[in-house]
Amino acid sequence: MGEFEVHRVRFFGLVPAGVRCLACQPRGGRLALARTDGAVEVYNFAANYFQEKVIPGHEARSVEALCWAAGDRLFGAGLSGHITEYDLALLCVACSVDGCGGPIWSMAANSSGTQLAIGCEDGSVKLFQVVPGGIQFERNLDRRKGRILCLSWHPSDTHIAAGSIDFLRVFDVCSGQTLQRIMVNYHVLKVRRECIVWSIAFLSSGTVITSDSFGRVQFWDWQRGTLLESHTVSTSAVLSLAVSEKEDSIIVGTSTGATYQFQLLPVKMGSLEKRWVRTKPFQHHTHDVRAVAHSSTALISGGLDAQLVIRPLMEKMQKKGYDAALRKFTFPHRRLVSCARKARLLLFQFSQHLELWRLGSTDETGKDGEVLPLCRMPEHLVQLKSKGPEHIYCSCVSPCGGWVAYSTASRFHLYRVQYEGDGVSIKKVPKVPKLLLPAYQLQFSSDSGSLFVASARGSVHVLQLLEPGGCKHLHTFRPPSGSPEAVYLLASSADGHWLAAVGGDWAIHVYDLKCFKHHCTVPTYSCAVTALAIHPVTNNLVIAYSDQQLFEFSIPEKQYTAWSRMVQNCGLHRVWLERDSPITHITFNPKNPSHILLHDIYMFCVLDKSLPLPDNSALLMNQSTLKQLPETARQRQLHAFKICKKFQPLLFADLLDENCLVMVERPIMDIKTQLPLPIQQKKFGT
Amino acid sequence: MAALCESFTLCGLGPSGGVGLGGGLLALEPGPDPDHVLLTDRGRTATLFKVSDQKPLGCWSVKHGQIITCPVVCNFETHEYIAVHDDKVLRIWKNKDINLDKVFKATLSADVYRIHSLPNGGPVVLFKGGGVRTLDVLLEAPQQEIENIISDEVIKWSEAFMEGQQPVLIFTTEKDGDFFVYVQKLKMNSLHKYKLEQQELSKPLSFTAYIKNQIITLLCLYSNDSVYKVLIPLQQNTEEEEQILSKSLLLNLSVSGSVLKGTSFVVLDKDHVAVLGSLAASGEESKECLTIWNTKFQTLQTSKELPLGTSGQLWCYEEKFFFTHGKVLTVIMYKCETSSLAAAVGKLKDSQTPDVSSFVNWNTLGDEELVVSFQSQQSVALKSESKMTLRSKRNTVAKVQPDTLSVGQLLLNLKDASTTAFEDELRQLMSKAQMPDFQATIGCVITALINRCKTNPKYYPRNFLLQIFFSGCELCSLFFSYSCSLCPDLMAVALEKKDVHLLQICLQRFPDIPEEITYACLKVFLRQVGITVFISEAYLQRIDVNLESVICYIDIEFNNKEVKTEIVENGFNAELEQDIWDTKITKETHLTSDGEFCPVGPQKAALLNAVLHSAYSETFLLPHLKNLPAQQAVLFLRYLYYLYVKCSEKINTTLPGIRSPTINQIMDWMCLLLDAQFTVMVMLPEAKELLSNLHKFVRAQVRFYSELNKIEGSLRELQRLNHQKDSQTYSIEVLELI
Repeated sequence: MGEFEVHRVRFFGLVPAGVRCLACQPRGGRLALARTDGAVEVYNFAANYFQEKVIPGHEARSVEALCWAAGDRLFGAGLSGHITEYDLALLCVACSVDGCGGPIWSMAANSSGTQLAIGCEDGSVKLFQVVPGGIQFERNLDRRKGRILCLSWHPSDTHIAAGSIDFLRVFDVCSGQTLQRIMVNYHVLKVRRECIVWSIAFLSSGTVITSDSFGRVQFWDWQRGTLLESHTVSTSAVLSLAVSEKEDSIIVGTSTGATYQFQLLPVKMGSLEKRWVRTKPFQHHTHDVRAVAHSSTALISGGLDAQLVIRPLMEKMQKKGYDAALRKFTFPHRRLVSCARKARLLLFQFSQHLELWRLGSTDETGKDGEVLPLCRMPEHLVQLKSKGPEHIYCSCVSPCGGWVAYSTASRFHLYRVQYEGDGVSIKKVPKVPKLLLPAYQLQFSSDSGSLFVASARGSVHVLQLLEPGGCKHLHTFRPPSGSPEAVYLLASSADGHWLAAVGGDWAIHVYDLKCFKHHCTVPTYSCAVTALAIHPVTNNLVIAYSDQQLFEFSIPEKQYTAWSRMVQNCGLHRVWLERDSPITHITFNPKNPSHILLHDIYMFCVLDKSLPLPDNSALLMNQSTLKQLPETARQRQLHAFKICKKFQPLLFADLLDENCLVMVERPIMDIKTQLPLPIQQKKFGT
Repeated sequence: MAALCESFTLCGLGPSGGVGLGGGLLALEPGPDPDHVLLTDRGRTATLFKVSDQKPLGCWSVKHGQIITCPVVCNFETHEYIAVHDDKVLRIWKNKDINLDKVFKATLSADVYRIHSLPNGGPVVLFKGGGVRTLDVLLEAPQQEIENIISDEVIKWSEAFMEGQQPVLIFTTEKDGDFFVYVQKLKMNSLHKYKLEQQELSKPLSFTAYIKNQIITLLCLYSNDSVYKVLIPLQQNTEEEEQILSKSLLLNLSVSGSVLKGTSFVVLDKDHVAVLGSLAASGEESKECLTIWNTKFQTLQTSKELPLGTSGQLWCYEEKFFFTHGKVLTVIMYKCETSSLAAAVGKLKDSQTPDVSSFVNWNTLGDEELVVSFQSQQSVALKSESKMTLRSKRNTVAKVQPDTLSVGQLLLNLKDASTTAFEDELRQLMSKAQMPDFQATIGCVITALINRCKTNPKYYPRNFLLQIFFSGCELCSLFFSYSCSLCPDLMAVALEKKDVHLLQICLQRFPDIPEEITYACLKVFLRQVGITVFISEAYLQRIDVNLESVICYIDIEFNNKEVKTEIVENGFNAELEQDIWDTKITKETHLTSDGEFCPVGPQKAALLNAVLHSAYSETFLLPHLKNLPAQQAVLFLRYLYYLYVKCSEKINTTLPGIRSPTINQIMDWMCLLLDAQFTVMVMLPEAKELLSNLHKFVRAQVRFYSELNKIEGSLRELQRLNHQKDSQTYSIEVLELI
């Protein structure tokens, strides 16, 4: 098919923030995750654990606890002392209430989701009523000294168990009185040091489970105040704990990165007597596992190494499929890199700054696998620091490299970049139009003449860029039937005629940029869109969904193309469908209209529509096999998917020109070196 | 190794239950449920305890002035309690009764010695005059006349058992220093009286007994610190008066100078007894202790001192000892494992259970027994004497019984049927058998076939046996694997009939072939010439042997030619044979060293591969291998050498093909063979060249690998360099996609 000159970029110094807390939506299919930088993310189980929503962080807004209440309302609380409700449609903070108890360490919602309990630095447990539009302070429970580090409601909502330093307490919710105070370090005869109860769970049987800094998981009878069982799982702290909805299994996370499952099992076959048994140990993390969650089919853990690990419980699996695969997410499911193809620039988005780099070049050619000598080194042109505590939502560089735009929660910035020889001058565009903020996605038109701003309620603003450095609001597209959700993906056609936009409701609207009207809606498909792009020649919209399906929709004809129908009839290769990370970017090769270039974290693929689709018996990743075959034998083995897994983890890939690719990798080892040292563990034989 | 575990106190005892002889309790009897005991003290009270909870569950007393004279027992069938107070008054009550005055009362005509309650037989009442009645009979007419059998003898001890369906009562009496043993079979209403052999200067202090295989074993603790064993057969038809029972010394209760003055003892299992008594070393004060002795090795296994003194009574229920210690009733749990010499001298490494077989040995059951055992709905496995703890399979066996009942009967019916009818019936049986009991059925069918073969030397259902194996494997390879113990005689018969194909299959499928049989197979496969039977290559070529393990590496075409030169006719005498061997071997050796041709034909190679593949234990195989005739050993070694060279040709040192031997198997066998036959090999001129070739080859291999080791560092360095190149932050590379 051809040779590419690949710019292999490893200087994007992204360090994803560690996972601080996790919350499974009760009886729902979503998982909320908060990171140490205050970012909140929502993963959708039904959409193959796609990272559906991201609310970027804020310097002053750490999140120590997350919980779902009143169905699908998400609350967070943190060391700022505020309880925050998140607007999951607008992806921003909906309201924030001061807890009046100093930093909040823990928060839990009752089983009906009508009340929130928070545990504060000053030792108080406060109850808040969840009311429409916000929350309302209800009352304080019995206050004692010692910060409340963890909280759990009894499933009947009558009692609350709270873990503190050296002891745990059980409150009666009605009277607010402390009914029981249990010292957890009573049995330790070692040198006196404080025992921190890191996590607590209250079972309907009246058993309270605690995990503490001595590495123990303990089961208490709260009424008698007695220890039922104690399991020492680690020599270091057990930081997190989660119970399954059926209360027959728990997962704990330790500071050595190990997680353990405990199961309530009969002492022998058929016996009614049951005991908690440590069943499965996992070591997926290298650092503290600060958060764990237990969904009905999987154990979920998040660590300070920024990994979210979803480990399915095989006994709950009916068949081998997408759900049965172990999944590790380290990187966001969206692009943080944009590329100015013509100017050969890359724009990297960090949480609070942007970096603009120029790629190097070579004037030599070589054979497959060769590294070419560089005649110009890559160059770090500009670092743009975002002012204020807010983190960046999105950013983009124009194809010509002359414009850079980014948005935070409350501000939108557009810069004019000019290159004079080796020097770069950057000028902020004054008086940008007042738009509905934040912007969720920015996209320049291919002629760099206009900027599309994805906004709330399904709307897309079109800004016209003016020389030498100005802009003008041209139009705002809105979906004809309205939508409460924000637009999170945009694609514009090369001829400047079409614009496709995807909102949080996963509806894809196509707008006509020539006459500023809604053109059509792509038939809805019940899965999240992970990437889309419009073909520069045919104006076909190629859509990748989170269940790994690929569709091609002809915008002029307002229908799926014949190839797309053929793909749906034949079905994609099993191995393709079982991949566990979503396609995050699609691009095309204008010189080869039948080629679609797509990538996810682990592979880069050139999809050649002119070749037959592989059937399940064929080898999907056949590149290495093909390379060994003689020219004549290759022809019979060729199929549409040309997959390259050489570049991993792949954050971004794009075609610079006909046979020149750029691949942005972020080796996991490079991230690990940025993290603090893990707890040293003696390994046998070392 | 027997061991005493932790002890705990069940209850405190009143003033009457003190220390010393004559004190203590009246008795301790098992309660209505497991883990329950009934304690009767020497006064008016009986108490029911839950042992593990150390908790009394119920307590009953007779009125002031009355005294319980016979230990309270529980009727296991009705869950009623039975007691006798003031020698003659029988009381029966239930758990819910509180006041013993108000419960059922019957006054008997004679004094009761003891009531024995049997799990399936109901209570049996022994009167002081030696008369025995079951409780049911007694209650029909409480005032019935009770005969006095023993006149002025005094009952010392009694015990009851169930033998089959009938209760058996044994008791001992004393009169003027003579001891008598009475055995009463209630159903048959037969009574036998025996006299115990006299012992100079000592008399029995305590008795205990158990029943096994229709024989009562009576153990007596004598005052000369020894335990004697007396065997009393139950099947006693002679009506002789007063047989004298001879006794044999079972155990001498002395250890390194100190002597145990036993007061009471119990039997724990066939090799262990526990004795309570005082241990007196010469010149020291005696101290009371509880001891466990191994009768097989005459060793003291464990002991525990009881400084507060005991009443000299010891009971044992459900692996727990009960005895009074000071003013309390103490419970000690114990562990008693099957004795082995290693365990007895304390050298057993871990307390692993003896090798457990999950299969029923059908061979141990005779035909009649088979049917009987099925009918009695008793697990065959339990009946067999070995203490088999059948794992999950036990359920299968138990469930199968109703079906196998018909199998067992059918097989019995077929015993005399004609050969064709017999096979047809068996075939039908096989086809009908359902999955879960398929294994059991196959076991039965094969056993039936083999028995027929044994009785009729001409009969050998070769095809049918093969068919069983193939169909069986297809049907239920998922459910179970065959095993040698399923049909132990199969291989012996196959060996006898020289059915090499069946042997090959057995070697491939059975995981548990005895080393003796493995060796016999090897010998049969290797044997070239024999006076009576021979397996030559020519013979082998005619029969069907699975060649899949050799087809990939032996050049069959060539070997056929070679084999032809090798055929040796039947009927040579030994010297002639030797000559031929000599010439042939020199020729062969030449070939082997030159062109590395296989020294045996493909059929024989396939059979030998099956042997190489079978599981064995070196220790057990080695003695047999020493018996391998020298020529066969050389041939086998030559074949192993050939395989080794073949293996080493490939970079991954594996032979192609299904079930072909691995390099480890080849090496292990080669070492084993050389170990076993080394002196012979050194002496044998024809082996000399082979050994030297082998030596050269191995030395070359060792050199080669050591050279590889040397460059390992360099290879690793190359890899590291490669890795370093990767860690650059930016590069432009060429990627070709096809």
